[in-house]
Amino acid sequence: MQSPTVMEVGEEVLQVLEVCETVEEIKEVIVTTIEEDTNTNAPPVASSGPGTKPSQDDNWGETTTAVTGTSEHSLSQEDIVRITKDLEDSVGLDCRRYFTLTLAVILGLLVFLTPLAFLVLPHILWPERLQSCGTACEGLFISVAFKLLILLLAVWALFFRPPRAGLPRVFVFRALLAVLVLLFVVSYWLFYGVRILDSQDENYQGIVQYAVSLVDALLFIHYLAIVLLELRQLQPCFSVCVMRSTDGETRHYNLGQLSIQRAALAILEHYYCDFSVHNPALLSASKSRAAKHLAGLKVYNVDGEFPAAPAEGPGNNAAAGLAHSQSRAMIAAAARRRDSSHNELYYEEAEHERRVRKRRARLVVAVEEAFTHIKRMQEEEQKKAPGDVMDPREAAQAIFPSMARALQKYLRTTKQQHCHSMESIQQHLAFCITNNMTPKAFLESYLTPGPTLQYSRDHWLARQWTLISEASVTSGLKDGTVFLLKCVDFSLVVTSKKIPYIQMSEEYIDPKSHKFVLRLQSETSV
Amino acid sequence: MAFIPGQPVTAVVQRIEIQKLRQGDNLILGFSIGGGIDQDPGQNPFSEDKTDKGIYVTRITPGGPADAAGLMMGDKIMQVNGWDMTMVTHDQARRTLTKKKEDVVRLLVTRKSLEEAVKQSMSYPRQ
Repeated sequence: MQSPTVMEVGEEVLQVLEVCETVEEIKEVIVTTIEEDTNTNAPPVASSGPGTKPSQDDNWGETTTAVTGTSEHSLSQEDIVRITKDLEDSVGLDCRRYFTLTLAVILGLLVFLTPLAFLVLPHILWPERLQSCGTACEGLFISVAFKLLILLLAVWALFFRPPRAGLPRVFVFRALLAVLVLLFVVSYWLFYGVRILDSQDENYQGIVQYAVSLVDALLFIHYLAIVLLELRQLQPCFSVCVMRSTDGETRHYNLGQLSIQRAALAILEHYYCDFSVHNPALLSASKSRAAKHLAGLKVYNVDGEFPAAPAEGPGNNAAAGLAHSQSRAMIAAAARRRDSSHNELYYEEAEHERRVRKRRARLVVAVEEAFTHIKRMQEEEQKKAPGDVMDPREAAQAIFPSMARALQKYLRTTKQQHCHSMESIQQHLAFCITNNMTPKAFLESYLTPGPTLQYSRDHWLARQWTLISEASVTSGLKDGTVFLLKCVDFSLVVTSKKIPYIQMSEEYIDPKSHKFVLRLQSETSV
Repeated sequence: MAFIPGQPVTAVVQRIEIQKLRQGDNLILGFSIGGGIDQDPGQNPFSEDKTDKGIYVTRITPGGPADAAGLMMGDKIMQVNGWDMTMVTHDQARRTLTKKKEDVVRLLVTRKSLEEAVKQSMSYPRQ
């Protein structure tokens, strides 16, 4: 990056550059402006040619003019974050989904049409030599028909459900089952092709029984699919602890034997329902405290090289040692310094608590008063006085202004104002009025932060998740597995522990064996 | 001395009259009692039948009023001044014996040797 002493007026633009280096336009504008300046302000050095480096010019810093050309293209921090988020959302991996969908459809068609093909082909290819179908054989037709119907319904119930998520790796059990079914059907076709089509067998009952056995085996494979995909993970085996990295909110869930990616999916679904919504405004206080701690001390190295080169690689031991001793010195100095920041924190928190409670009291009173202004009209009254009748939305708009200020102040104090827009508050108010809720019920969603799902989609701050794991994500959960679920603003740290094996023994107690005696035997002298 | 529930209790008793001795503010009798319906009868060393929950004399102060009156260790107290002692709690027995307004207690006590003595005297034919 260019030296930061150049820009005074255009400092915001330079900071933007540091954040997102891919925005090319602004960079070009700055570069051209600098070069123009150095060309116009020629240094008073004898050899002033194109080879002169600008950093050696003494007058260079003072004579640079303001960079006004970039003011039309300036972006703020939030815009850039929004652009990157939109980019992530639009580029989807839809091709993989459609690929698996087509494979599944082809396999399904193959599976369903095979028994029908087995039954129909002899009639087409050698109808005159075929034995007529007797009673038992026709009974088998009914059996094939119903079993195919049951198989169709079962496959539809198990496999044709809307997909919940897109996982990074292929679902191992499903892939195995697909391969198994394919092998199975192929082997049946081979046998059929060789022994029946080639030899043109006349025993039609045998062929029908062969088709019935195929359908039976397919039903058993479907049973295997249910056990592998659905039943195996129902029994809880692991207790996972999920902690949010920013504010430490922790929950514990019980999971069965799952692969890491499926466990991550289950945890994320619980996250949206259980964890309170992530509020970055609540963390600003601790960040400012941390900044104050660091800003207190500066370390200067009087002798030797500036420790500009970071301690990279094993060969840089001297620099690493230097950095270590510096950090030790900083820690020692910080410990010795009489720091009153804990005092500040205590009083600040007490003050904040008091302020929140005061605002909350005002809010509750304002809302209760507002709710007394409207009354639900009965059916008979509706026909009599059609004058000033309002529907819920209008009623909400009518009473909203009297509580708006108190609500706004409360939300600002608890730093929730970005989670609720005016529109959403009015909608919620109309909803509460329609359903005869009390003011307390209306306020409940503002007094406590609810789960993430409750808020609208643009306040979730968590949509694209990355699974970070040391073990392969298709391997199973084990005792002590740790993985991370990262999204843009925070990450969820997940650790798993195995539920222990419980050894229970029995002891029989005869109900008549419950006998009691008095243990007192006192002696009194009279 | 075992009793059959529902049947009247019969026993050979001896009448003992004890004069209470004044010691400072207290009137003492000079013996200790044990037992009672709220106590564990199995721990009574003096009873024959270990389900007997009566009041027994467990200790006698030598030279005290009870000793002088002829009370012996192991006696079962059946009555005190007319009050029954066979079905009372330990505390009730203590209170009955240590009433401050009475300075003499008339006990009906029974012991094994009494029964045997009566049997022996009955077996001797009268001349």
